[in-house]
Amino acid sequence: MAERLLEVKDLKVQFATEDGIVQAVDGVSFNLDRGKVLGIVGESGSGKSVTAMSLMGLTRGVNARFEGEVLYKGTDLLHVSDRNMQDFRGNELGMIFQDPMTSLNPVYRIGEQIVEAIQAHENVGKRAARARTVELLRQVGIPNPETRVDDFPHQFSGGMRQRAMIAMALSCNPSVLIADEPTTALDVTIQAQIVELVDRLKDDFDSAVIFITHDLGVIAEIADEIIVMYAGRVVEQGSKRDLFYDPQHPYTWGLLGSIPRLDRPRVERLHTIEGSPPSLINPPEGCKFRPRCPHAFEKCTQEPALENHVEERAHLDRCWLDVEFKRAHRDATISGGTVEAA
Amino acid sequence: MVAFIIRRILGMILVLTAVSFIVYLIFIVIPGGDPADRIAGKVATPANIASIKHKLGLDHNFIIQWFDMVKSLLSGTLVSYYDGTNVVQQIKEGIPVTFSLCVGAGIIWLGFGVLVGTISAVYAGRFTDRTITALALIGISLPVAWLGLILLYLFAEQGLGGGFGTLFPPGGYVPLTQDPIQWAYHLILPWFTLAVLFIGFYGRVLRSNILDTINEDFVRTAKAKGLSSRQILVKHTLRASLIPIVTLFGLDFAAVLGGGAIITETVYQIHGVGWYAAQAIGTQDLPPLMGVTLYGATFIVVFSTLVDVAYAYLDPRIRLT
Repeated sequence: MAERLLEVKDLKVQFATEDGIVQAVDGVSFNLDRGKVLGIVGESGSGKSVTAMSLMGLTRGVNARFEGEVLYKGTDLLHVSDRNMQDFRGNELGMIFQDPMTSLNPVYRIGEQIVEAIQAHENVGKRAARARTVELLRQVGIPNPETRVDDFPHQFSGGMRQRAMIAMALSCNPSVLIADEPTTALDVTIQAQIVELVDRLKDDFDSAVIFITHDLGVIAEIADEIIVMYAGRVVEQGSKRDLFYDPQHPYTWGLLGSIPRLDRPRVERLHTIEGSPPSLINPPEGCKFRPRCPHAFEKCTQEPALENHVEERAHLDRCWLDVEFKRAHRDATISGGTVEAA
Repeated sequence: MVAFIIRRILGMILVLTAVSFIVYLIFIVIPGGDPADRIAGKVATPANIASIKHKLGLDHNFIIQWFDMVKSLLSGTLVSYYDGTNVVQQIKEGIPVTFSLCVGAGIIWLGFGVLVGTISAVYAGRFTDRTITALALIGISLPVAWLGLILLYLFAEQGLGGGFGTLFPPGGYVPLTQDPIQWAYHLILPWFTLAVLFIGFYGRVLRSNILDTINEDFVRTAKAKGLSSRQILVKHTLRASLIPIVTLFGLDFAAVLGGGAIITETVYQIHGVGWYAAQAIGTQDLPPLMGVTLYGATFIVVFSTLVDVAYAYLDPRIRLT
């Protein structure tokens, strides 16, 4: 049994804004073991990034309120002071962000920024830290790391910057790597390389990964367990196999239907989920997905609990629909609208 | 780099030529600006005026007049219409005085401006910030002449200032080489008088820069690395926020060095370049005004080049062209 690194129990995050209370995350629970990859999927505003940043204590502020527990090797990070969180950030939990263009400081050399991360946690000299930085850059696939280490971020391409970010996040060998939409700002060929890199480095560094994306296609490659979030809530949670072969929530179907696939007949248009995500200040009553759900019925005005409805015990979903009904109707959404003969 | 320097020098010559021409033009076309009229006095005959015009070379074509004046200024032979003193000589004598005032004031306003702006941003929205904001707005709004007089009244006037009395000397200037302590002692009030407006202004600008920068992604990255709040503030937030301040400081500092501290120098009887300019304005004396204007314009042009160089140093994405 692999070591349990993270145990998140019923995490809730709310922000007080001028317009009212935003319930950004409402009851997220998961476990993460060493060597595993957890995928968190959802569209913009679903609370996936807030979840990730809250694990690192990056969303703290006078307007933020947290509930639940984030146990890292037994320590509840929600109750660690901001000063003491410094020892966890970068050292125990590393993070990479969506936009590598803006996530690196434009006025410092790549090497300086990674050396800074190493020296924040370890009492090593500049030269030793620099040597390690060169080695890290080599590991993430930067060509000529001995010279590129002295480049400024603007001299790197987008993919290289993201590689440098990964090198920085891994520089102190954290147990958990949180990747917040690391591929969104990159073009498709680079996306695949970055996903592959994260997958390989996870084994090299013997860490666990939380991979956040809005693209189920990206996550299909590396995730072991997947959480689908909608309007701050988990709507479906299970193994990759459960999610892809027996998806239970209509929102998950919509996400699956929006991925172009080569193993199915070519469709005229990919499926789109009508409408837009609800306001998190005044969310709709009952099931949050109800206004956009093609299968909504009377019962949906009450919120379903996140429960197990299928044979696989660890597969949870938040939907009132009958399992057999769903299995019969989901393919229309997943395979797209007008099916054409190939 | 060589191309950059050559381009800047050519640009500088062009700007200074244009400035000198415009100054001459304005002076000659404004009513009562004709120097010969003024020198001849109230009961002048036309013959009298004509002979003065001839003596000063004002009977030539306008372009030639202007050219002659610039030429004699550059060769150091230009003299005042009013008292016949050498303009270049007078400016040279004023330079150490003006520099003493401006360098001290510049250090004060930059130092306090950064301090005030940073504190204000760190405590944004709280009592400290609101207090600083109120003080900064007062500082920006105080007329320099009034502030100078009030400070003199409170701290340098015998028996009037309610007990502070003669804490500081009532103006005047002691050369640094003669007595450094008296030099600083005499300059403390002028330094602060000149600096107050800039402190308020820089504090406000820096505060908003910092609050913008705090939301940058790279600041979040710095936090995710595990840096302390102080490291994040100094190494990442402040570093980026100070870049626009460099521009402001370069140009403001050039302006006061170039004789822009007219009011402060006048209030405190500091006989620098600004004071000299004030005298020349009072007597509508063209040659000193031409001299001071070109001297000031030179500083502005040189410092704006230095600002560009500093920019390229502070932000590696910028290349000098």
